[in-house]
Amino acid sequence: MAAALHAAAEHTLPQFMRVRARRQELADTWTLEIDPGGPFEFLPGQFNMLYAFGIGEVPISISGDPARPERLVHTVRAVGRTTQALAALGRGARLGVRGPYGAGWPLDAAPGADVVVLAGGIGLAPLRPALYRLLAERARFGRVSLLYGSRSPQQLLYASELRRWRSRFDIEVEVTVDTAGPEWRGNLGVVTKLLRRSSFDPANSMVLVCGPEVMMRHVATDLAGIGVPPARVFISMERNMKCAVGFCGHCQYGSAFVCRDGPVVPLERLERLLGVREL
Amino acid sequence: MAPTAGARAFNAGELDALLQALRAEGWTLAGPRIRDGAIVYDEIGGAAELPAGWTDEQAPGRYRLRERDDRALFGYAVGPHAWKKYLFPPSERLWTAVRSGRDVGVSEEQAEPPPLAFIGVRACELAAIAVQDRVFLGGERADASYRRRRENVLIVAVQCGEAGGNCFCVSMGTGPAAASGYDIALTELVSGGHRFHARAGSERGARLLSRIETRAATGDDEEAVRALLARAGGRMGRTLDTRGLPQLLQANLEHRRWDEVAGRCLACSNCTLACPTCFCSAQEDVPDLAHARSERWRRWDSCFTGDFSYLHGGSVRASIRSRYRQWLTHKLSAWHEQFGSCGCVGCGRCITWCPVGIDLTEDVAAIRSGAGAAQQERREQDT
Ligand SMILES: Cc1cc2nc3c(=O)[nH]c(=O)nc-3n(C[C@H](O)[C@H](O)[C@H](O)COP(=O)(O)OP(=O)(O)OC[C@H]3O[C@@H](n4cnc5c(N)ncnc54)[C@H](O)[C@@H]3O)c2cc1C
Ligand code: SF4
Ligand code: SF4
Ligand code: FES
Repeated sequence: MAAALHAAAEHTLPQFMRVRARRQELADTWTLEIDPGGPFEFLPGQFNMLYAFGIGEVPISISGDPARPERLVHTVRAVGRTTQALAALGRGARLGVRGPYGAGWPLDAAPGADVVVLAGGIGLAPLRPALYRLLAERARFGRVSLLYGSRSPQQLLYASELRRWRSRFDIEVEVTVDTAGPEWRGNLGVVTKLLRRSSFDPANSMVLVCGPEVMMRHVATDLAGIGVPPARVFISMERNMKCAVGFCGHCQYGSAFVCRDGPVVPLERLERLLGVREL
Repeated sequence: MAPTAGARAFNAGELDALLQALRAEGWTLAGPRIRDGAIVYDEIGGAAELPAGWTDEQAPGRYRLRERDDRALFGYAVGPHAWKKYLFPPSERLWTAVRSGRDVGVSEEQAEPPPLAFIGVRACELAAIAVQDRVFLGGERADASYRRRRENVLIVAVQCGEAGGNCFCVSMGTGPAAASGYDIALTELVSGGHRFHARAGSERGARLLSRIETRAATGDDEEAVRALLARAGGRMGRTLDTRGLPQLLQANLEHRRWDEVAGRCLACSNCTLACPTCFCSAQEDVPDLAHARSERWRRWDSCFTGDFSYLHGGSVRASIRSRYRQWLTHKLSAWHEQFGSCGCVGCGRCITWCPVGIDLTEDVAAIRSGAGAAQQERREQDT
């Protein structure tokens, strides 16, 4: 009974951890490096529930390197009460953490296939751990491409890392923005445009997608158009979440509990639902 | 829980002895009693507090108590309360976090709930408890609070001799006979001498029955029980055709019926709060003024509220149409995939307690009869 109770407690009780470092990424986005007090193992694509003392608790993806479990890294865009409080936590401050939760990116699903990482805006955060792993185990995959879109050059997340990856020869990095001043020499337009320029093999590839839901809808249509089988497309869904363990009902999407059956879900499972409004 | 001994029978007057035997063993009794014009579940001290001689009249959006012409103790269907209020309380504290200096300590709520004996659980309610058991205990993780409470409950079921105006347990295969999940199943027989027929469903149920004055049930008693159940089963106020229901609803996510219901639905959440299987909850953090201490509370929530599906920038289900569709498709369709059974047990509470009398059995019938038409319409749009 004691063991059972402990296991039960694990998923509802936050553990309080200290912020080791905080860096500003964008005007409204910060990355927190947290000391987990021991190795914090996770799968790329999983998330934690982060709790700002007395204020609230929200799902935030883990954005750090799975090979370095002694650093727990989260990138938070301050959009409301809780994320503002989290993003404001300075060095030494405590926050509650419970997790990791959910199903991650199935990087082993298609050995040897090309991998396309398609991200929009803050959607790059949950994909960064996958990129770290893809690059660390580069030989296991075919071509690797990162296609990333954001609203403007000022809103490109992890800019210095993007530059570093761009200079490597074993990953293709394409970036696009919706609007930019004359100094921008890169691509303009929506991220789906990049799909056509990229060199991956639609018939033998795996596509990992995270971004706003509208973007994911377009991506689903365009990928089907160029012949990527929906069973090889994985998207990370966003839904309101309270418990993160399948009890509170808030994250339901069709018959899926996004917290438990997702957040990463094969497009195959959702295809029919993506077209239905307000599901 | 297979019956452990032959069926027994006892005089109605002996019921109180059974209840007192339970109390003597340390059980707190929760059972039906009248409050504010309805039969609700509350703590009771003995048989004298049961609603003797009362019944309920139910119709869509309507509930009224009426006096019976006998002294039946369980002569009514189900009221606004469900047993879930004890197993999954409307609000409960999960943990408390306390700050001291730079450190924070968290303590989980550990209080042992008192042992509760549920008196008068109906067959559909046994089914509803089994549904919530699957939700909270059936997966990889178990809900600690639900488990603590559930392990401390004893169940005295009472089979229905009276069907309510909104009941459809026969359609859902959940009643009126109590199949399993009880410690004792009683059937109240009024004519031919006010008495109870009793069947033990567990060792402790059998032990309890041995502590009061009973006799072996006779063939006449058994026949009376059969006749009573057949009568109740034949008088269901509602029916629901469940053939292919999960697929039917999935194929009709854009049916006109959703718009029609949305025009009447007030999104008041009454249906989900009254429903014995709905399990959704919100969580709330309650800090003290000094922000030194903060409590995490869990409260019942409903997919009918606006912020249930809130994502930064707006709710996913902004319209009432989409919320009603979520409720019905979750209950009758997605539930099967999630938990291996229907989420509706046919108790009729959502119909009775809907202020505008929305009736899910009517909606399903409308979708079923209009299904061909709706699909036709879509095909025409596609071409
Ligand atoms: C699986 C998952 C991973 C996420 N990863 C990240 C990440 O890495 N970085 C990041 O910045 N954001 C991420 N988000 C979004 C983040 O959870 C929301 O921005 C956050 O909940 C907003 O909370 P708030 O109180 O600041 O905002 P408010 O607008 O005040 O929201 C009020 C409440 O609504 C709910 N809510 C609002 N927006 C969302 C949302 N988008 N998703 C889920 N619940 C929401 C929360 O319960 C929140 O407390 C993720 C969401 C999910 C579901
Ligand atoms: S949906 Fe209605 S009839 Fe079915 S179990 Fe819930 S309250 Fe009872
Ligand atoms: S989503 Fe709605 S219908 Fe389903 S359990 Fe929650 S409150 Fe009930
Ligand atoms: S977040 Fe509670 S069920 Fe998924």
